[in-house]
Order: sequence, then structure tokens, then C-alpha cells
Amino acid sequence: MKFRMGAALLSLLGLFVAAYLYLYKIGRIGTLACGTGGCETVQASEWSRFHGVEVALIGVLGYAALLVVSLISLQPQLAGRRWPAAILAALAGGGVGFTAYLTYLELFVIHAICRWCVTSATIIIAILVVALFDFRAATDRQAT
Amino acid sequence: MATSPGGLKRFYAVFIVVALAGLGILGYLLAKPSTVSIPVNVAIQPSDTAGFHGYVKGSASAPVEITEFADYQCPFCQTFATLQMPTIEERLIKTGRLRWRYRDFPLQQHPFSRLAAHSAACADEQGKFWEQHQRIYEGQADWAASSDAAPVFRGYAKAIGLDLGRYDACMSSAKYAGRIQASQQEGERLGVNSTPTLMVGGRLYQGRFDSDAIIHLVDSLAPLAAK
Repeated sequence: MKFRMGAALLSLLGLFVAAYLYLYKIGRIGTLACGTGGCETVQASEWSRFHGVEVALIGVLGYAALLVVSLISLQPQLAGRRWPAAILAALAGGGVGFTAYLTYLELFVIHAICRWCVTSATIIIAILVVALFDFRAATDRQAT
Repeated sequence: MATSPGGLKRFYAVFIVVALAGLGILGYLLAKPSTVSIPVNVAIQPSDTAGFHGYVKGSASAPVEITEFADYQCPFCQTFATLQMPTIEERLIKTGRLRWRYRDFPLQQHPFSRLAAHSAACADEQGKFWEQHQRIYEGQADWAASSDAAPVFRGYAKAIGLDLGRYDACMSSAKYAGRIQASQQEGERLGVNSTPTLMVGGRLYQGRFDSDAIIHLVDSLAPLAAK
């Protein structure tokens, strides 16, 4: 369960980071605490939307989904079940893939790095790692 | 590995503390007065430049036109706007001999120049570009040294009688960021690399100017333009 707890806390942090970026994007927060200016460059670029949807909003929804699944997976009757870990890993895997695409855009297309995007990338990778550990632990338990 | 009920309780306690802290920070950011920022390197849309080629004053039939590429936070632009422009306006623009076109050319090293340009653009929306433009230049020493120039510009907007609701909405939306960026890119395309730069008859003049030099320039060009 400790992996799922970790996933829940990380998802909560990711949700706040994505919400912060989204609130900036829709004009509810005046400036981003960024330092380099790269955050505004990235947020103002045409790649801040994915198929017409704000990337930050996709982040909010993604982390919210991860948070819900990780909290549900903490129910005592689901302890040791493999499927919650599989769903968490699948969601986080999708998030890591999407983050890799966004990081590529930052580095090679926009030529600006947003520190908050890097923070989000670190969080989603960490969630994937703990979800995979949880999946392996659940698999080991079922095998014994 | 099952977690004891006590362990789960501790987790929920930590979770709630983190959630409350996060909500508190976001709530604080939402509640505090919005500090406006204008993004750089914004993607320019066709609508940003459609029909807009700078802020113009003077007669459409004036024989000479000067385009000025300037930065609100540039000290030379400030002295030019406050010391030389009144004479130029009185002797050349008001007499129909010169048309003046102002283009934004915010320099990267000036943190508030883009914000100032956007403030003037929002004033233009209410037909008071030149009033705000003049206030911003006159007050450069005040806002350039501040940690946040946005409230100072808002104060100018209030003083010249802008509808502050419309002004605030305009500033928050950063709707003219693309127009400012397009103006800067056009300047770069023409060869502008410092401010103020004047473009007269397709030629660029860089450096410090005084009203006498401009008057001589217009006097020498006016007969040519009339031919």
C-alpha cells in the first residue's frame, strides 16, 4: 500500500502544478513564478494547446484521474490486487509519453524550458516508477 | 504488503495537510491582485497585424512620414518623447508637414517595455493611445525602478479617464502581445537593432535625435516628396 500512498501524494502534487499552470493560462493568475521567462514562452506558444485543448487542462484531468484511481486503490479490500496497480501504471505511462512529447517540443521546437513543466515531468515519472513497483509487488504476492 | 489502519490514518492526515496547503496557495494566488505580464515570443496570428501598421498621428496628406521604432523603457526614447516630440508635434505634425508613425520595438533587456507597450495598446482600444503613451514616457523614472509597473500604468489609465474595467480585461488577456511581437519582428526585418530608430523614406536613422535635426530632415524631404 505504501506505493499507492506515494502515488496518491504525487498525483496530488501534480494536480496542483497543473492547476497552477492552467489558472495562469486562463488569465486568473497574473505571472508565473518561473525565473527564466521560459514558462511564459512555452505557455504562449502554439504548442500550449493540443488539438484545441489547453495542455495544462489535460494535465489537470490526467492528475485528477491518477489521484482518484490511487485513492480508490487504497481501500483495504483492494490491497494486493493487481488491477489497480495496472491502471495506475497505464495512466502514468500515458502521462510519461505525453510529457516526453512536450519536452521534445520545449527543447527542439520552442527552444525554451518551463521549470514547472520539468517539475510535472519529474512527478509523472515518479508516479510511473511507484506504480510499476506496486504492480511487481502485487504480482509477487499473487505468485506466492 | 497490507498497511495497518494506523498507517492509513497517518497517510490520510498527511494527505489532507498537503491538500489544504496546496488549496491555500492556489487560493492566495487567485485572491491577490493580479499582476499582469505580457508573454514574449507569442505566436503571431493573422488577426494581430490585419489593418494595423503602427499608431499614427498627423495628416494623411502630409508630404513626409517618419516611422519611429521605440521601447518605452529605453532612456533615449524617453528623452526624445518628452523633450523633442512636443516641438516636432507643434512645428511639423500640427502644421500638416509630417505624419508620425509609432511602432513598438521592446528590447529584451527591459523587463517592463512589453507591458508598457501593451498598456498603450489597451488605451488605444479606447481611443487614448497617445495620452497613455505620453504618460508612460513621462513616468519612466517611476515605473522602471519599481518591482511591478502594472499598477503604475493602471494609475495612468485611470488618470486619462479610461474605463478601467475594459482596461483590466484587456491587460489580463494580453490580447495585443501578438501585435507587439509582430511590430518588433517587422523592425528586425527592416534592420532595426536599437532604439530609437527612425525610418524616413525607406532609410533608417539610429542614435539620438533632436527636434532641429528632424525639422531639417523634413524640410529637405518635403520638396522631393511633393514632386
